[in-house]
Amino acid sequence: MFLRLAWRNIWRNKRRTIITMASVVFAVLLAILLNSIKEGVLYKLQENVVTFYTGAVQIHQNGYWEDQRLDNSFAQSDSLFELAKAHPDVNAVVPRLETFVLAASEKHTRGCMVVGIDPQTEPLVTSLDQKIVQGSYLENNDQGILLSEGLAEYLKLGVNDTVVLLGQGYHGVSATGKYAIRGLIKFASPELNKRMAYLPMHSAQNLFGAENRFTALVLDLTSVVKAEKVEEELALTLEGQYEVMNWKTLLPELNQVLEGERAENVIFLMVLYLLISFGIFGTILMMIVERQYEFGILVAIGMRKLKLSRMVIFENVMISVIGAIIGTVLSVPVVGYFYRYPIRITGKLEEAYRNFGFEPIFYFSIEPRIFYSQTIVVLSIALILSIYPLIKIMNIKPVESMRQ
Amino acid sequence: MDSHNHENCVIHTEDLTKIYDGGAFPVRAVNDVHLHIEKGEFTTLVGPSGSGKTTLLNLIGGLDQPTQGKVWVKDVDISTLSKSQLIDFRLHNIGFVFQAYNLIPVLTARENIEFVMLLQKRSKAERKKRVFQLLREIGMEDKINHRPAQLSGGQQQRVAVARALASKPQFVLADEPTANLDSKTAKNLLDTMVKLNEEEHITFIFSTHDQRVMDRARRVITLVDGAIASDELKEEQHIIIG
Repeated sequence: MFLRLAWRNIWRNKRRTIITMASVVFAVLLAILLNSIKEGVLYKLQENVVTFYTGAVQIHQNGYWEDQRLDNSFAQSDSLFELAKAHPDVNAVVPRLETFVLAASEKHTRGCMVVGIDPQTEPLVTSLDQKIVQGSYLENNDQGILLSEGLAEYLKLGVNDTVVLLGQGYHGVSATGKYAIRGLIKFASPELNKRMAYLPMHSAQNLFGAENRFTALVLDLTSVVKAEKVEEELALTLEGQYEVMNWKTLLPELNQVLEGERAENVIFLMVLYLLISFGIFGTILMMIVERQYEFGILVAIGMRKLKLSRMVIFENVMISVIGAIIGTVLSVPVVGYFYRYPIRITGKLEEAYRNFGFEPIFYFSIEPRIFYSQTIVVLSIALILSIYPLIKIMNIKPVESMRQ
Repeated sequence: MDSHNHENCVIHTEDLTKIYDGGAFPVRAVNDVHLHIEKGEFTTLVGPSGSGKTTLLNLIGGLDQPTQGKVWVKDVDISTLSKSQLIDFRLHNIGFVFQAYNLIPVLTARENIEFVMLLQKRSKAERKKRVFQLLREIGMEDKINHRPAQLSGGQQQRVAVARALASKPQFVLADEPTANLDSKTAKNLLDTMVKLNEEEHITFIFSTHDQRVMDRARRVITLVDGAIASDELKEEQHIIIG
């Protein structure tokens, strides 16, 4: 009967209950939409940046990340390759051999990063073949090179011209070679656009005297959010023979940006929930004042204060949780719609986004956490606010309450 | 043997005093009251406004703490009980009827009566039996599922009486129970209470200004300035039923 009594009490003042619930419904709906778009955009940003070059996880020779020299490369190992590929969350494993060289044309030179790649598998991680703006992508046994558009422009070179690379190879050997430019790649990032060159792996290994050696294995995962888990599990399996790093370590600046964005979101949500709290607290306050007399009667006829408090807390929690559930239910089709049909940015903003290398699309996330966390937050607010009626009821003096 | 240990004694007070702190002018609402009420009495406390009737009822009912003196209900000195013990004591020993009926507005007549028994953790079968018995006694079997707002003032007060009796208390305290009722409804309510008193020997103690209640009481205690000014026991034949 106590549950029945609490339920009926909720609907004693229908208008007030509906207004309170409505405020919770709209706040939860807004919070879910905001969280969904924020997480969706951040996830996409993270995915874009990670699959741009670094990949979600990399495996190196121990100490390579601190001292990125060819001398810290590792010998090609089929077992390592197979082990990484066997992980259920790994989509693809691609090898890299990277170092800095001088790229020269007839009249110009510029420092650049040359990356030895497997032309067949590299697109699985970075979609490099999609970034060709002139010429063609590399073939498997190709002797040519791909240059970033900015670098080619600086060197005043074009497709089918020859570029000379000068540098230091494995164990200090001199590395010199000339390569025909097969194609030009455009990177959205101006920094990358002016200093990248790609060679087929066998050419790069020849150039640097690093036969069968790689500086990194780059892993593409089923989802970038699994990077930490995959890193931990591979590190455990490899027992310290290699260093395994996820994108958060490889790209600390990106991680900081994402964390900053999330913190900003939390502050915004806190303000939103503070507003809801005032709404719920207003209802509690009114209810306590209105029912002071009734509480006095209930205690007078023998209802224990703790039982009475439990009933009143249940009423408050029910109002808040019902509001949160309705808000969550209403948000599902809205988020579902935008998940399927993300918001496309048009006009100048689209151009600006593209210039920065970002897709001009606002994606929505449908991660379950976004939905249930709102109910948990509202429930927590209701429970915290229930401290007030609890204190009031525990201090009730029936005679004084009934005198009011 | 002390008077309060007497088998038939339901309420016994000694030197009962309640002083409200009014700053420079403390108010002596109940002043050194010695009272002895036996089982089956139908007693009224009368007196002008501010004479201490309600305060005395509150002290007897364990709703307020005396400044001085003691209150025994049967053989329990309730002035020594803690607040939570007092709540339990009231639940099992005292029935209350208030001037403003004070039924729980969201519960039906049946649920209002059943509520106290639920607090007492009585079985469902026992609750059901007692509710129907009480509804029959107050003549409201046909209003069982009506909420207070659907009942007249008199009907609400009768349900309040049934609620007060539901816990099978030692006695019922009724604070101005007829104050908000018209004469016909007040008479019906009093008939019900007198009948319960006569047939089931339930002890009733009223505070009232209402002459109709005083006329039906067997004992009239008059309070003046918090003290008992007179204590009059009437003849049995003065009580008229129906």
